Amino acid sequence: MSHRLKLCVLLGLAMTAIAFGVQRFPPPQFETPHTIPTPTTPLPKSVTVEIVDTAVLAAALALAAYLIHRHRRRGWIIAMSLFSLLYFGFWRKGCVCSVGAVGNLTLAIFDSSYALPLTVLAFFLLPLLFALFFGRIFCGAVCPLGMVQELILIRPLRVPVWLEASLRLLAWLYLGLALLMAATGSAFVICRYDPFVAFFRLGANPQMWVISISFLLMSLFVGRPYCRFLCPYGVILRQFSRLSKWRVTITPDECIHCRLCEDACPYGAVQKPNVEWPHDQRIKARRRVRALIVLLPVIALLGGWVGHQSAATLSQSHPTVRLAEQVRLQQAGLLARPTDETTAFAATGQSIETLYSQAAAKQRQFAIGATLLGAAMGLLCGLTLVRTHICFRQDEYQAHRAGCVACGRCFISCPREHLRRNPKYPTIAEGSSPC
Amino acid sequence: MADKQTHPTRRQFLREGLWAGTLTAVAAAAATLAARARDDRRVWQIDPYKCIACGKCATHCVLNESAVKCVHSYAMCGYCDLCTGYFVPEPKDLTTAAANQLCPTGAIIRTFVEDPYFEYTIDEPLCIGCGKCVKGCGAFGNGSLFLQVRHDRCLNCNECAIAAACPSQAFVRVPANSPYLLKGYK
Repeated sequence: MSHRLKLCVLLGLAMTAIAFGVQRFPPPQFETPHTIPTPTTPLPKSVTVEIVDTAVLAAALALAAYLIHRHRRRGWIIAMSLFSLLYFGFWRKGCVCSVGAVGNLTLAIFDSSYALPLTVLAFFLLPLLFALFFGRIFCGAVCPLGMVQELILIRPLRVPVWLEASLRLLAWLYLGLALLMAATGSAFVICRYDPFVAFFRLGANPQMWVISISFLLMSLFVGRPYCRFLCPYGVILRQFSRLSKWRVTITPDECIHCRLCEDACPYGAVQKPNVEWPHDQRIKARRRVRALIVLLPVIALLGGWVGHQSAATLSQSHPTVRLAEQVRLQQAGLLARPTDETTAFAATGQSIETLYSQAAAKQRQFAIGATLLGAAMGLLCGLTLVRTHICFRQDEYQAHRAGCVACGRCFISCPREHLRRNPKYPTIAEGSSPC
Repeated sequence: MADKQTHPTRRQFLREGLWAGTLTAVAAAAATLAARARDDRRVWQIDPYKCIACGKCATHCVLNESAVKCVHSYAMCGYCDLCTGYFVPEPKDLTTAAANQLCPTGAIIRTFVEDPYFEYTIDEPLCIGCGKCVKGCGAFGNGSLFLQVRHDRCLNCNECAIAAACPSQAFVRVPANSPYLLKGYK
């Protein structure tokens, strides 16, 4: 105890020495009356703003649920999207958003010293909670990132199913990397590479502008490229939406298999009805599934190995590891001149050994994390393959529980839906010939 | 609906079980995290004792005009005639001529107080947060000029772009009710 006390006293003395050390010129004693001004300290925006934001999010989600499940008018859904884009995007400058909150939450779980703001927690959980009841209505009418892509889609290209399934693995990988980077305290990757924040703020570094503009261009021809193939929060929402209490329906009435909804959906989220596979195909598929399940541990191990190999590269994203690397180079005399980082490190007076041990500890964390991430990705690839050999029976055209982003395009395309809304439409009397 | 009657059992049971399980898990996670979450909000700030005035604050902020500006702790200032934060090294003469000034935007106002003292005030709208004066003042003066995140401008990004680029890891999160780390003030 006394040792600690001594240390504190010594440290305190050192600090005051440093503080007084810079006082090279004593402050003047003015003879004329002169009051020394104090610097101004404007305060950040008040907490009320954040409470309002959370309330608006909850209200927007509730309204979106009503519009998508009950009201079922695409025009109103677009109006709602516009509001979300203006409020959550341009007014709030897109920060903090539910997508980026993934990073904060992970950091809060792994680093107990990080104070997780309640607003961030609410932004993360509310859309998930709504997804458990209503599906991905957050994607449909609330998320500003989704709304940008939704509103500028002019000529959607059809992405083949195999390509869509493979690209979706990218989103899983991105989620995994974001979790790894946030858990190790390296960076909030999702926020750093946010697709549209530069656009919302009309200002950002060049790298962010490049990302924004490429996604804007892509979104003109591919339906929601970020949401489908990259969004890490979308991956989580997909899983919650699979379980949703009420699914988004193309029409509550009976499907007449006209295929119009299939053509209307730019996101490939309308599932076709299918018949059970013929016997020999079933047998073949069953054999393949068995082989794949046996192979799964091998694929996972392979993934884990790849992850372990990439750990060193990934760990470079942590500032301490980068700094240790530079200091090591400097010690070896390989740096032509000291960098800003090494200068700042020298000024702290910290010992090089401490820095090296800190960096080594971080690298160990990365080794474990990257191996787990690789194994999980391997397993996921395997399971995706297994999935292609399983036939899920379905009788009607239906919006895919996970894939549907609740944009409401299929509502207008469905003739049954038109009929349901306007019962006065002339119809073909039952039993009579259409011609 | 017909589907439900033919397969009412296994898949539906699994789905509902999973649904209830997930809902409980979400509620539990919310409760745990909310207990750990604190309502003292945090905002970004520069620790002036760590800052090396590298100049990245001026270029890396998402705002076109950085949220970081120079702040002057007048109580620490020596009110020097030859201010190394104001004048370029070896100025031609000690006047306010632009050629003598270190500040690229002329954001420091030099006013005469009494012989031989001058007061230096930051014209905040002009300041770009480049830290040139901070470097000059810290090298030869009292270090009373330093950079701070100005919270009337800062958007408080989740991932501060300057913090990510800061070579001295001087960006810290501080409580929103005392959001400044001013030199010479407690």
